[in-house]
Amino acid sequence: MTEVSWPDRLFDAFKRANVRQVGYVPDAGHSRLIARCRADADIHDVALTTEEEGIALAAGAWLGGERAALLMQSSGVGNCINMLSLARSCRFPMPMFITMRGEWEEFNPWQVPMGQAVEPVLKLCDAEVLRVRAPDEVERAAERALQSAYGDERIVAVILSQELIGRKVWVK
Amino acid sequence: MTEAKLDRRAAMAALVANRNNLLVVPGLGSTTWDLAAAGDDPRNFYLWGAMGGAAMIGLGLALAQPDRPVAVITGDGEMLMGLGALATIGAKRPPNLAVIVFDNGVYGETGMQPSHTSSGVDLVTVAKGAGFPVCLDVTGEAGLKDLAVRLGHLKETTFARVAIAPEEAPRVLPERDGVAIKKRFRSALGLDA
Repeated sequence: MTEVSWPDRLFDAFKRANVRQVGYVPDAGHSRLIARCRADADIHDVALTTEEEGIALAAGAWLGGERAALLMQSSGVGNCINMLSLARSCRFPMPMFITMRGEWEEFNPWQVPMGQAVEPVLKLCDAEVLRVRAPDEVERAAERALQSAYGDERIVAVILSQELIGRKVWVK
Repeated sequence: MTEAKLDRRAAMAALVANRNNLLVVPGLGSTTWDLAAAGDDPRNFYLWGAMGGAAMIGLGLALAQPDRPVAVITGDGEMLMGLGALATIGAKRPPNLAVIVFDNGVYGETGMQPSHTSSGVDLVTVAKGAGFPVCLDVTGEAGLKDLAVRLGHLKETTFARVAIAPEEAPRVLPERDGVAIKKRFRSALGLDA
């Protein structure tokens, strides 16, 4: 199969945009992208204990002249809310790539409340929100998000729909 | 337990007196006022919010500027809100980063309510457990002087808890516009503002 997977398209977009720091809380949907970042000598991969650490990390990176991107699951958005005021108050570039749970063939009902809150909450925090449903939409959305974040110093969230990622396998 | 508790303004002044290339991120509240009182400098990134975020801003900055020493100088309450950051930094261990906590055991901005460090939580032990290779407990002038010297040429990720007297100092308020603080910081590093 020669088709390039959507995580690889995101990684290629990071490289084209010269992303040098990637903060993440380990996440199944992002596992391939995390592995690509960890394997790249020019990217500082920073595993976080909670997603809000990533907002502060990306602010520090920008202060020091490096571009950062953040990877998280929908539940992690909730952990970021107050820290996003740092990005808004200082206009720090904040590209966030969010894998969705709680919206499509979700087995775990506890994922639903935060999943439903992701888009409205991000918009209230002044983020530009781009929703991606199909693999062939990923590249354009990533390019737009990185350009808008670094060029206009904005919070930009790319929401990677659960139908793109596929359902979590509960019984192996 | 008796220990010499340092005056917060004198302690901050001692740490930045000969700062050379040192980049400083203070925490929300008293340490931001302390840093402003020590003398305004474009290489200070004052925080008027983002409680719990100072240490992680320091990590991103230290990774981006590996040839410059970076000091996060925050309070015990601010550090306690982002305690996970110590684990994240302990795992990454950038050699040019120091996290310094001015520990007065109280939340000075909100009415001097006791913080967990007043109830026995030991931040030096937490930092040791998180994997910081250098962990210092500064309880007097000699230790403070040693820490100030270390900041000039950081070679290992350093944590220092500085015992501070729980007294309020007059507020000295720096620039409040976050965009302006960010732009002049980047300009001071030769980056496009």
